[in-house]
Amino acid sequence: MGMPGLLTHDVLKGPPPPPVEGGWGGDGGSDGRGSSRKASFTALFVLLAASTMVFAAFTSAFVVRRGLSDDWVSMPKPPILFVNTAVLILSSVLLEIARRQLHSGERSRFNAWWSAGTLMGILFLVGQAIAWRELKSAGVFMATNPSSSFFYVLTASHAFHLLGGVTALVYVDVQALRLSLGPAKRTAIDVSAVFWHFLDGLWIYLMILFYVWG
Amino acid sequence: MSSPVVHAHHAPEGFIRKYVFSLDHKVIGIQYYFLGLFSVFVGMFLSLLMRFHMVNPTMPVSWMKTLWHTAAAGGVMTPELYLSLMTMHGTIMVFFVLTTVPQSGFGNYFLPIQIGAEDMAFPVLNMMSFWTTFLALVVMIAAFFVQGGAPLSGWTAYPPLSGAGRVTGPGEGMGQNLWILSIAIFCGASLMGAINFIATTVDLRCKGMTLMRMPLTCWTWLVTAILGLLGFAVLLAAGVLLLLDRIAGSSFFLPTGMMISDQILSNHKGGSPLLWQHLFWFFGHPEVYIAILPGMGVASQLLSTFSRKPIFGYKAMVYAILSIGFLGFLVWGHHMFMSGMNPYSAMAFATLTMCIGVPSAIKTFNWLGTLWGGKIHFTTAMLFALGFVSLFVTGGVSGIFLGQPALDLYFHDTYFVVGHFHMIMGVAAIFGMFAGTFYWFPKMYGKMMNETLGKIHFYLTFIGVYCIFTPMHYLGLAGNPRRYSAFTDVEYLGGLIPVHQFITYAAYFTAAAQLIFLINLFWSLKAGAKAPVNPWHATTLEWSIPSPPPFDNFAGVHPVVNHGPYEYSVPGAASDFIMQTDAPSATPAEH
Amino acid sequence: MLLAPVVWALTVGVAYFFFAKTWWFPPPINQHGQAYDEQFMRTLVVVGIIFILAQFALGYVIVRFRDDGRRATYSHGNNRLETLWTSATALLFLGLVVMGSKIWAGVHFDEAPPDAMTIQVLAKQFSWSFRYPGPDGKFGRVDLKLVNDSAGNPYGLDDKDPASKDDIVSASLKVPVGKPILLKMQSRDVIHNFFVRELRMKQDIVPGMEIPIHFQADQIGIYEVPCSELCGLGHFQMRTTMQVMSMADFQAWQAQMQAQK
Repeated sequence: MGMPGLLTHDVLKGPPPPPVEGGWGGDGGSDGRGSSRKASFTALFVLLAASTMVFAAFTSAFVVRRGLSDDWVSMPKPPILFVNTAVLILSSVLLEIARRQLHSGERSRFNAWWSAGTLMGILFLVGQAIAWRELKSAGVFMATNPSSSFFYVLTASHAFHLLGGVTALVYVDVQALRLSLGPAKRTAIDVSAVFWHFLDGLWIYLMILFYVWG
Repeated sequence: MSSPVVHAHHAPEGFIRKYVFSLDHKVIGIQYYFLGLFSVFVGMFLSLLMRFHMVNPTMPVSWMKTLWHTAAAGGVMTPELYLSLMTMHGTIMVFFVLTTVPQSGFGNYFLPIQIGAEDMAFPVLNMMSFWTTFLALVVMIAAFFVQGGAPLSGWTAYPPLSGAGRVTGPGEGMGQNLWILSIAIFCGASLMGAINFIATTVDLRCKGMTLMRMPLTCWTWLVTAILGLLGFAVLLAAGVLLLLDRIAGSSFFLPTGMMISDQILSNHKGGSPLLWQHLFWFFGHPEVYIAILPGMGVASQLLSTFSRKPIFGYKAMVYAILSIGFLGFLVWGHHMFMSGMNPYSAMAFATLTMCIGVPSAIKTFNWLGTLWGGKIHFTTAMLFALGFVSLFVTGGVSGIFLGQPALDLYFHDTYFVVGHFHMIMGVAAIFGMFAGTFYWFPKMYGKMMNETLGKIHFYLTFIGVYCIFTPMHYLGLAGNPRRYSAFTDVEYLGGLIPVHQFITYAAYFTAAAQLIFLINLFWSLKAGAKAPVNPWHATTLEWSIPSPPPFDNFAGVHPVVNHGPYEYSVPGAASDFIMQTDAPSATPAEH
Repeated sequence: MLLAPVVWALTVGVAYFFFAKTWWFPPPINQHGQAYDEQFMRTLVVVGIIFILAQFALGYVIVRFRDDGRRATYSHGNNRLETLWTSATALLFLGLVVMGSKIWAGVHFDEAPPDAMTIQVLAKQFSWSFRYPGPDGKFGRVDLKLVNDSAGNPYGLDDKDPASKDDIVSASLKVPVGKPILLKMQSRDVIHNFFVRELRMKQDIVPGMEIPIHFQADQIGIYEVPCSELCGLGHFQMRTTMQVMSMADFQAWQAQMQAQK
């Protein structure tokens, strides 16, 4: 199988099938499809827990550093950040609408809405790049002051996560446009969407951090 | 859907798919095991070099000159070379041995089987986690070969020593950068592994395998995975910040007013070296529980099997594992009592540290309780499990001194600490791995290991490690500081050199004894006696399948579990053990 | 089965050197040190008993319950016993911490007495400097740019500041006996650690922070001060001494240092 196939192998193939008479989870209840979906969601929540810890660590470093010396200078933030935030929230909304459409069986509408959401996601990353460029031309770099150091670290880490998210969205999109969205791929859709919403929420948290304490 | 759409995978063909990029958790477990085995010998070699230098600080050695042209010019190890060996020894042992073999090695192999699954939840992710770990090891070893060599700031990498760059010493250039990069890659690999362990344990247990019927090994692998998940995430964040301080001019950890090697470092200001310590130890303390918990699981498993008795207090053992995991996140400050942090928080950490001693004590009592009234068979595996208990007690009780800030006022950064953590991690945890090897080798390879060689190796090692590490506590009592490359400049250390010499000889002796293990391992792989399906008459699921197991573990037939994991010597039963998959029958009340 | 006597022999061997005090603390030279030693002994007794009992028990069960043909007892545990030894352990461990807290408080919660003599400590790769304020009782201005180690100005004392002129900088620590001392410690580069065995005290010195530690040395003598936090390749050589002398001798030393300026 090709590289994309290999990467999605686990999500699509899922864990091994349960016994015919019993099931997984120790209670012999669910069927194969349900269990691979369940495992994928467990994996997602585990991943979200780890990401949360990374940003919790950064946040505690932020809080400590801010309280240390009196050299904390609030970093001027490019207004495009608000546009980017709106774009990201919009992308989440679009993805949700897409999922509702799929639920009702509207495959082609799903394609449209999901593609739109994916596009908005990519637009967010472009907007972030623009924000960085604006900062650089204003002479604000990583080492300029602690506030800017944290800004760059946090936005870069978030963007790194988002790249993974965009990859997932694009993959689903390609499969959707090829009209090869089988039931196993529904899990991929739901997992990608939840991951995306988490990143959305994380971004809002970061915006609050920057504007209230940064 | 009438039948599951998805099917896991069919048996792979071809050498690469079967042994290199295998998706089979059993092959991946073995890959991790051998990565750990390689790493432990590298780590041991480094420690022998260190021990040699400590008692021969000025004696030229020709082959040292060959290995290190600059750092050991004239055949004498420079202090910076010593410190870089020390740094790499600690790093390689902690990350590539203690974090891989017990969890990713044995856990990968046996977790799915013990819970009745065909494989881990995400086989491709599993494969990637191994190769990512491998990449991390390659990057780590590369640090030896760059200009300046490997870093010298210890496995704990405290800034500013580790953060200010090349000015603080040789090895603090590219070497430290590669070290950070390697650790960051390792964090990623750990995360991948944690996802698999947790999802597999939560979602893939077979029918009848409730959480409270899981073998204790599975509980330890689960909690260890959670510790790794949350701990390595924080280490990754800390590593990113440290790397930025080094290469991007930020000042997360670097304070104002540093002057190193006659240079004023004016580009750094306002950072906090203590912040690194908090972040690092928030990871670092759970890390030591990651290193020991699986060994505790193995010890429980073996003590029960070879005493022909259920584990004493299974529920208490589970709660102890969970408490150790939870409390493990709350005690990190006990590594920082002398650091200059708030002394009131030191008392808080001390209280919590004493609390975490309680579940550890419970486990020890319960191991003894398991043995009490048993019918003990002294196989090599059992000897290592018993040795584990002895070493865990010795290593653990020295913690009672160190956990009190009042006493740490003397013992911090002395050999007392070195003795403590080596006893518990460097020995008890290793004994857990030896125990697991002797226990599971027959299942993994269908051959028995040699019991005579095993027992000789055990006794030599057991006595050897006591001889190496208990004297370190005496050195600590006498105030011998740690991380000293030589004891030539502090007068009161002169009288302690004979102790160091004894330790060094014990180290050579014990290291040599490990060759017996290697011979046993490789010879048995090649020509060991054929192993039956269940040589130990044990109850857990791995003993119900062939040795070695078929590709999909249970050959398409999925197990149904009717009994707890430690039903030995049940009164009224036909034999002295009831396998978890045996038919339900009228037996006295059990879990 | 051979394991039992091996475990017992090792236990005896390990315990012996604690009883015999073959390698041991040097005698303390302050009251804090005496309190420290008492807490240490308390802990040692508790730990020693646990250690010996546990290893003995391990050896005992190995001998008593080795396979000799009889059947094992089927038991899943004993809740009462479990509760008992859990509570006992918790009480013991927490009790030790509580008992030691006064010692910790004496070092870190209590302020130095108001009549304490203040001495500044400067730690750097790989030597120590100690600064005394001189007769004017004031520490003069320092500037990093004025630092010149080879010319004997590790602090970077500013000659233009009159308060600096009488500051004494010494490579070793000299203190009068029986007088409270307050050390204010700074590092110029990386983390170091000030440790005197006989005082039973140590403290990390962190760059960017000024860390105080106070003590009173009650016995005349010369005591070694080995750096106790990894600070680089010269860590093992970063050593100085603390000399405790009579007040008369101390004042004579100060006068001598002033005269040399």
